Amino acid sequence: MIHHHIEAASQVPGMKEILLIGSYQHNDQLSRFFAAVQQEFKILIRYLQEYTALGTAGGMYHFRDQILSGSPEAFFVMNCDVCGEFPLKEMLEFHQQKGTGAHFTMLGTEATRQQSLNYGCIVETKHTSEVTHYVEKPETFVSTTISCGIYLFSPEIFQFIGHAFQKKQEEISFDVDSNLHTKDTIHLEQDIFVEQLAGSGLLYVYHTSKFWSQIKSAGAAIYANRHYLKIYNRTHPERLSQNAEGKATIIGDVYIHPSATIHPSAVLGPNVTIGKNVVIGPGVRVRESLVLEDALIQDHCCILHSIVGWNSTVGQWTRIEGTPNDPNPNKPFAKVDIPDLFNADGRLNPSITVLGSNVQIPAEVIVLNSIVLPHKELGRSYKNQIIL
Amino acid sequence: MKALILVGGFGTRLRPLTLSRPKPLVEFGNKPMLLHQVEALAKAGVKHIVLAVSYRAEMLEQEMKVEADRLGITISVSHEKEPLGTAGPLALAKDILLEDNDPFFVLNSDIICDFPFEDMIAFHKNHGREGTIVVTKVEEPSKYGVVVYGADTGRINSFVEKPQEYVSNKINAGMYIFSSGILNRIQLKPTSIEKEIFPVMADTDNLYAMELKGFWMDVGQPKDFLTGMCLYLTSLRQKSPEKLYQGPGVVGNALVHPSVKIGENCRLGPNVTIGPDVVIEDGVCIKRSTILSKTVIKSHSWLDSCIIGWRCNVGKWTRMENVTVLGEDVVVKDELYINGGRILPHKEIKESVPDPQIIM
Repeated sequence: MIHHHIEAASQVPGMKEILLIGSYQHNDQLSRFFAAVQQEFKILIRYLQEYTALGTAGGMYHFRDQILSGSPEAFFVMNCDVCGEFPLKEMLEFHQQKGTGAHFTMLGTEATRQQSLNYGCIVETKHTSEVTHYVEKPETFVSTTISCGIYLFSPEIFQFIGHAFQKKQEEISFDVDSNLHTKDTIHLEQDIFVEQLAGSGLLYVYHTSKFWSQIKSAGAAIYANRHYLKIYNRTHPERLSQNAEGKATIIGDVYIHPSATIHPSAVLGPNVTIGKNVVIGPGVRVRESLVLEDALIQDHCCILHSIVGWNSTVGQWTRIEGTPNDPNPNKPFAKVDIPDLFNADGRLNPSITVLGSNVQIPAEVIVLNSIVLPHKELGRSYKNQIIL
Repeated sequence: MKALILVGGFGTRLRPLTLSRPKPLVEFGNKPMLLHQVEALAKAGVKHIVLAVSYRAEMLEQEMKVEADRLGITISVSHEKEPLGTAGPLALAKDILLEDNDPFFVLNSDIICDFPFEDMIAFHKNHGREGTIVVTKVEEPSKYGVVVYGADTGRINSFVEKPQEYVSNKINAGMYIFSSGILNRIQLKPTSIEKEIFPVMADTDNLYAMELKGFWMDVGQPKDFLTGMCLYLTSLRQKSPEKLYQGPGVVGNALVHPSVKIGENCRLGPNVTIGPDVVIEDGVCIKRSTILSKTVIKSHSWLDSCIIGWRCNVGKWTRMENVTVLGEDVVVKDELYINGGRILPHKEIKESVPDPQIIM
């Protein structure tokens, strides 16, 4: 997922360094990944680990010296759980047009009235693009313009975060019940935008009508994959697979890692991504799915609307099928709906099927609308279940 | 000798297949269900078979005429104006049955087994009374009406409907041989032979039970049709294994018509019957299913416990299971999943049927 952020950021003129802030333990897998992308995009990348989850602004504040080293004119902040065609260059130009000194730009996009309630909603003054009001996940309708979780800040942002930090420290001293860590947690949206910047004349919104989506659930990954492949089709068609003599049949946008082995009688697509070292057997059909690194799909399998995890195996004539939860294509600006895992009756809502890593699925079964946790070896068919 | 086969009504339990063809003509083991009985009767020396039918049955009459000529016997249809139950049709066909003094057979039409007609004649002549019932052993007698009889003589004492406590594990197998005297007990009106005639005959020591050896199944509904097919193929394996398919990719017993075209890397069986002119494309797996004539099963599909009607077209990467029955000329699009669907004739299925249901 983050590869796309890095790629977009590395193409902004004047980009010096990319910092990743997270609370994951630094591990080999991350290091290898960073080394590879540094090579690929020729840009400095550093990972900064939070000692605990600090919230977006809390993390920024904690590492403010790192961020400000080299005295940048401005810096981007991107949430990791979003995807899209990030128009960072255009955003920067917009930001620069708004003058110098302390000012901040957020990326906004359109949503439906109903769906806007699940996002941060932005009200602006039309001709100046100044944000006059901002609210997180309102209960009633406020605006169809929503925040994409992508921001461009002047260094002065830290004054506002510092202010919020001080306020938190004071509040906490009267509140003995509070968890100690919460005093360092600062939410960019609530503590900075809502309480300080909205209506201050310093916050602007830049609109994009390009593809954008949150990826909070695995279901959204297939939707996001489709859009990334569509973008590739336009910007990097050489990355997508083409039909060729003696090779598997390709329908629509399909990405196959060069190291994957695909039998010529297989049929893939549309919207399929095949990862590194994956093996796809004879007569396999894959549609609207992701097959991750080192997975093995045996003969005659049918994989629809599913994610097959790393190093998993699917036996012959088995069917792995999920139910897509794509946004309604007939509604303009509809975003992917992320339903709760369970409905009101306590039953699993049908969604895409996800096989975790190192999962073994036997031959001739069906796994329908299910989530299979890593390292499971199934012995039969499953429908609408979470397999622990 | 003569025989009367109780064909009865529309075969609603075997819909959607019986919406296209009368039930006796639905192929079981690549042969119309009724023909299994007719051929066995002819082999036992029966010269005239009466089909007791309660609906207009031109198709049945025409097709059976051809078989009658081939076998050198007479088949006539006795048409009931109103359903006469299981005994009434005997009264309706009285004139034919009384043409000679020989005992005659009466059969329910949905029965599949190794028909023991010659043994029945011998058994019946041996005890010399009015009637003989064939009985078969079942595992769960509480679901059926059971027959209580003397183990050494075969003389029937009583019938017990759905016994709560174990009294016997033998049930009426729906095959009888009667002396002509029975016709004096039956009037031309709706009557049940099991409930109204047999108990009276048993009370006067006129009814004997003969135990069936080998398999038996009432194949009047899809689930039992498939179970019966498994038993039938197992029996074929023992009696005439040369009739079973020996080609590549076969697993266990499979009965495949010589005109069937089979692609590469298929797996057929166990317990599969494939009718004339069926096309099975590459990489198809079929288990425990019957495919009727002129159907096409496209590549990489997987079928288990299905009955696929005539002239169907099943798409690629389709998965069908759990007693799915397709009527005549059904088209199933590619990559669908059908679980226990009953699909009416001439339907085109474009979406999966994930839960058992009837698609009108």
